Amino acid sequence: MNKDLYDYELIPDVDMPAEFVARENARSAAAAEETDASIPRRRFLKLTGIAGGGLALAFAIGRSQRVHGAHHGGGHAPFAPNSFIQIKPDGSIVLAAKNPEVGQGVKTFLPMILAEELEAPWESVMIEQSDIDRDRFGIQSAGGSQSTPRNWNLLREAGAVARTMLVTAAAQSWGVDASKCKADQGFVVNESTGAKLSYGELATAAAKLPVPDAKSVTLKERSEFKLLGKFVAGVDNRDLVTGQPLFGIDQNLPGMRYAVYVKCPSFGGAVKRANLEELKGLPGVVDAFILKGNSVDGQLMPGVAILARSTYEAFQAEKALQVSWDKGPASSESWIDFKEQARELTSKPGPVTESQGDMDAAISGADKTVDAFYTYPFLSHSNLEPQNCTAWYRDGKMQLWAPSQTPQAIAGMLANLLDIEQDDVEITQLRIGGGFGRRLINDFVCEAAAIAKRVDYPVKLMWNREADMAHDFYRVGGFHNLKGTLDSKGKLTGFQDRTIVFTQPSNPKRPVRGGNVRAANVQCPEIPNVRIETHQIPLQVPCGWWRAPGSCALGWVFQSFIHEMAVAADRDHLEFLLEQFGEPRWMKEGDARAFNTERAINVTKLAAEKGDWGKRMKKGQGRGLSFYFSHLGYFAEVAEVTVDDSNRVTVDRVVVAADVGMLLNPAGGENQVEGSVVDGLSTLAGQEISFEEGAVRQSNFDDYPLLRMPSTPKIEMHWMTTDHSPTGLGEPAFPPLAAAVTNAIHDATGKRIRTMPISKEGFQVV
Amino acid sequence: MATLQVTVNGSDRSISDIDPNTPLLWALRDHLGMVGTKFGCGKGLCGACTVHMNGVAIRSCSTPVSAAVGQSITTIEGLAEGNSDLHPLQEAWMEEDVPQCGYCQAGQLMNAAALLKSNPKPSDADIDNAMAGNLCRCGTYTRIRKAIHSAAAKGGAA
Repeated sequence: MNKDLYDYELIPDVDMPAEFVARENARSAAAAEETDASIPRRRFLKLTGIAGGGLALAFAIGRSQRVHGAHHGGGHAPFAPNSFIQIKPDGSIVLAAKNPEVGQGVKTFLPMILAEELEAPWESVMIEQSDIDRDRFGIQSAGGSQSTPRNWNLLREAGAVARTMLVTAAAQSWGVDASKCKADQGFVVNESTGAKLSYGELATAAAKLPVPDAKSVTLKERSEFKLLGKFVAGVDNRDLVTGQPLFGIDQNLPGMRYAVYVKCPSFGGAVKRANLEELKGLPGVVDAFILKGNSVDGQLMPGVAILARSTYEAFQAEKALQVSWDKGPASSESWIDFKEQARELTSKPGPVTESQGDMDAAISGADKTVDAFYTYPFLSHSNLEPQNCTAWYRDGKMQLWAPSQTPQAIAGMLANLLDIEQDDVEITQLRIGGGFGRRLINDFVCEAAAIAKRVDYPVKLMWNREADMAHDFYRVGGFHNLKGTLDSKGKLTGFQDRTIVFTQPSNPKRPVRGGNVRAANVQCPEIPNVRIETHQIPLQVPCGWWRAPGSCALGWVFQSFIHEMAVAADRDHLEFLLEQFGEPRWMKEGDARAFNTERAINVTKLAAEKGDWGKRMKKGQGRGLSFYFSHLGYFAEVAEVTVDDSNRVTVDRVVVAADVGMLLNPAGGENQVEGSVVDGLSTLAGQEISFEEGAVRQSNFDDYPLLRMPSTPKIEMHWMTTDHSPTGLGEPAFPPLAAAVTNAIHDATGKRIRTMPISKEGFQVV
Repeated sequence: MATLQVTVNGSDRSISDIDPNTPLLWALRDHLGMVGTKFGCGKGLCGACTVHMNGVAIRSCSTPVSAAVGQSITTIEGLAEGNSDLHPLQEAWMEEDVPQCGYCQAGQLMNAAALLKSNPKPSDADIDNAMAGNLCRCGTYTRIRKAIHSAAAKGGAA
């Protein structure tokens, strides 16, 4: 067995945005440490004294250290042993929420990790969204389901260091050994006498202590956890349900004007001329101008900016805009042409990109071969909060209120784009109305900043829904001509994928974001003969990371085809799938990022058991199974469907079995799984982005439908608790869903769906 | 341009220098600074902009502000009525931890509140029918259903 095929470190594009990781890794050795799920313990550096005899320290991350909490100085300095925790003498405890909240619950569960190790009572802590500052907070991003694995050890240690210092301070005041004292929910208790001191009472004394090395502090055992694992509702819930201004779109500044920015419908097209003077005479319009842009992928494309006193007046002016476009290179691209080209190309052998065993021998010696052509379309992210950003340029400084998933990437980008200093860019992170990978790319931030730099008032850039759908960074479509071989005993002996990899216009050797196809994506390490052949097609239409990049489509293709092979072998799908995992083992010993077949086997068995695998169903009903490993999470799902004579599909139940080590917060975590199931159904039911002459044809939720409440199935979740470090939940529940459903439809009807969305094959989700 | 009088959450508000065709959504957000009501699609397809006009759920993105003159408008900021701090639906939303990103939830709550007014004890099917016009991109439908039932059980129509 060639282990390299299953070494997931080799395919970061599937696990997380590779370009982002590469950039971050390059920044410092410390950053490189953090991308590893098994984060080494980190040093804490004592930095400086602050007023009032307190001490403030920072983690040894980044280039220079600054002191958080110094501005709270004065006579009552807080105990602030690191960037994440402040305890004031009045007893108030403030915990930092470091990463962008896109709905994945990170503003709640990262502070929960701090509170757990600190032994702070959750009801009384205050959560503050932190500044964007790499020096104090390390990597701040929302992508690749990485917030949990990256921050697990970091935040546990931060909490434990603070707890240890509070215990030491209490022990000293009682004149006893620290081993006789115990931290317990905001107090340190003297176990001999029963005396108690509150964290507030201890803050001033603790602030005077040397900060222990993180290696020397004791982390809690999981059995000692009081908060992690409990259902903890989101910290912003009250503000959300009462309509408080939390989101990017909600920002309001004095004298602010509202901007729209209109780009060529065909990607990358330039403005030849526009009726700017006419626009400036329209009601409420205060300015209109053309921006040339730098035409760098993901930054600023050419366009027309229109500024008005209100959003409505800006939108109305856009309707009156007349532009003569110089269409860009994308204008020669159409989805229909790509489909024809891909059919043609994948019908022939292509360059072999990965190979193991002897696929030709497997084909010639096969008892049975199965050929199947799978295809899926481009998808839009369709965040419900359309792209927007508020910017204010004054006195040489750019202030931004940016709903970005990668806020730390902004300053460097704007420095190049707008010729300003990185240090003159200040970003306030805001709650984000849906991420799904769209806002890993900061094009809308570039637009707002470029517009703001031209005017002398604050600007809120607002995209309407049509602009949002027409100028996304899409989940790339795909084509897979698959061949599987079986021996006389019904064993899967060979697997071949003749596929298309779309490549970046700037670098024809590189797949578009989320567009790579690797043997490891098949996730069947026992197949002896494997061959991946990839034909390349250069693509101008912009692609991005879409929830579970790569896996979101490949999970469906491969898990569906494995079912096809099981059917062809006339074998039980569960037994057949388990056979592909082989013996319980780690594909790369000790590497938490590598595929672990034991975890795969266990979740698959659990899903089958809870999903009544093998139990008889009525006519017209079917049950389907699927598994996928992505973003360090192991998920198996069983779907039950009812299909009527008109191919109307009701998804009755989805059973999910998961192993992410430990479910840190069932409230947010289970929400992610339910959301992934709904998202999976949305995409398979009827979503397709198509384009003609380089312009997207869909425009709003009438022609790009999202699943609605009546179609939502019953969703059951079963969580395995394992000793592995906890990992993220934004993505890994998504990839198995589609195959579970299409396999179930096959079970019910005998019809195999090989085209997404299933509406293309005459099925309708009801 | 006109000056219009609108009653929002029980207060009489005057909006000056506004095009009467401006959707109520933008009148609320840009002119009155009430940003709890959200923009999603601009075409009445997603329900993020749902408010009440005389107790009935409407899509404020597709209702001109002129149509609201002389009517009683309720937004998410005014959903909790009378002395209570929160509407029972708001409490249920918090307890069940309904929101993911939370962006659509103001519209979901306003729509659900209108449902409970006309049908204090809705069935699953009643809820599905009434809420089908409100999209949640994050997929919180299961919890929305649960929270509506929970609020209804506690007399949520009040």
